[in-house]
Amino acid sequence: MKELNELNLPEDVKYTEDHEWVKLSGDTAKIGISDYAQDQLGDIVFVELPGVGDSFAKGDEFGTLESVKAVSELYMPVGGEVTAINEALEDAPELVNTDPYGEGWMIEVKVSDASEAESLMNKDGYLEVLKG
Amino acid sequence: MKTTQLHAWHTGHGANMAVFGEYDMPMWYGAGAKAEHLAVLTAAGLFDTSHMAVVLVEGPGAFDLLQATFTGNLAGCIGPAKAPLSPGRCVYGAFLDEKGHVFDDAIIFQVAPDHYMIVVNAGMGADIAAHLTSQAGTLDTIRITDMTDQLGKIDIQGPAAAKILSQILADPDTVFKKLPYFAFQGYFVADADITPPVHSQSGAAVLVSRTGYTGEFGFELFVSAGETVALWNALLATGESFGIVPCGLAARDSLRAGAVLPLSHQDIGPWPFRNNPWPFALPWDAGQTAFTKTFLGSQALLAAGDADYTRPFAGFDLRKVANPAETEVVDDVGRTLGTVLTCATDMGIGRHQDRIFSLASPDKPEGFKAKGLCCGFVKVSADLPAGTLIYPQDKRRKLKAMIVDDIRPDRTARRPLKDML
Repeated sequence: MKELNELNLPEDVKYTEDHEWVKLSGDTAKIGISDYAQDQLGDIVFVELPGVGDSFAKGDEFGTLESVKAVSELYMPVGGEVTAINEALEDAPELVNTDPYGEGWMIEVKVSDASEAESLMNKDGYLEVLKG
Repeated sequence: MKTTQLHAWHTGHGANMAVFGEYDMPMWYGAGAKAEHLAVLTAAGLFDTSHMAVVLVEGPGAFDLLQATFTGNLAGCIGPAKAPLSPGRCVYGAFLDEKGHVFDDAIIFQVAPDHYMIVVNAGMGADIAAHLTSQAGTLDTIRITDMTDQLGKIDIQGPAAAKILSQILADPDTVFKKLPYFAFQGYFVADADITPPVHSQSGAAVLVSRTGYTGEFGFELFVSAGETVALWNALLATGESFGIVPCGLAARDSLRAGAVLPLSHQDIGPWPFRNNPWPFALPWDAGQTAFTKTFLGSQALLAAGDADYTRPFAGFDLRKVANPAETEVVDDVGRTLGTVLTCATDMGIGRHQDRIFSLASPDKPEGFKAKGLCCGFVKVSADLPAGTLIYPQDKRRKLKAMIVDDIRPDRTARRPLKDML
């Protein structure tokens, strides 16, 4: 289990209390789970993602992550329409463990309401959540 | 919350910790639960199982007390010929209440005449000791002692286990000479008056048992608590060149599920202990209609022929249902069949055509990759035969699975020791 000071928490993404991250560029948001989440879940062995074109509201469940031990839900940090999914995860779900902010990304969405992103946390805010 | 002697080792080596049976235990280490599971199929895994409870039952009357409370018939439980339990042999069974419901499952080791060591589940030592004390009644010749806090227990499991252990023991040839499945040598204190001692090379007294809870070849080792860390470190150092991997409880759970072994209080519990995959734990006679002894719960069990059926299942991919407690099992037209008890992923197996292969299967097809299968146990109202399709479903998904008689093929637990050296 990683100590808080061992966690990789990039400055250029935003975080949610459900441990997803969001990287915004224009009205496009790339979404994945944080280093903390992948460390807590352990080996990710299966990732179930939505289809391109599916639309979700902020807070909706958009997929699931299976670890050896459990099944966990993935929640939309912002509402929008799915424009791309990371198809590499089908054959290599372990990318979520090895590179959670890079090759382990999950979906890209076209954000429907940019103001929803304002409530997301930066690294410092997320660290406070993790400290409890 | 309780800890084992190895707690500092676990936290110092990156273990993901969680509470299990009152103990703060490692779920997995840095290698991850999948790599740990696979290591037990192909090399060796090392498990701290010191959270398991140990109760000693000694003195005149000990045999009678256990005969009256344990499901196994100690007078006839060894091998196809049903020989009596004898010093150096152990047997799996359960302690029931008068309704035939499971209090806990157990392995009873006969150390010497009227000297038994009982291994039960985490947190159950005091309860089982109190239960046996109450069942002994006025029979004050029997000493019942919860030894849990005085002992350490380490399991080394996997095909390389004997090779590694042989380099740790002071006299492996003597220990391994006659050590079939469910036999043991030595004791956690060196006292030749009880049984011939077995020592590690560093001088610790060890009970070496050909048991485990993974379905794979290996040993369970019992030592006095103070010897636990040294034995653990010695096994890891020696095992390194054999590919040994420290394993957490997640791998233990997925391995035991694939080996069709029950988790107490989940797969066996407050319902009659019959109509399940473990009839060998009951003293059935040759006709499978009556018991060869009476024991606490036996009458109720005999009358419970219509109890629900616990059946193993295997899925068609590795997806699981999220929380077995919130899951039901339905048939192909959606009728409720029962509930899910365990749903785990055995990452070492996969389907090829209509067979399940393990990555350890000698006849696996060329290029076979074990992608993992969800598996476990369902409790259903009908005696569904192997091959029946069932559909465990939770609020999110409906999985397709099949009732099976066995899950992970080509397990090594019963392989002769001489073939594993």
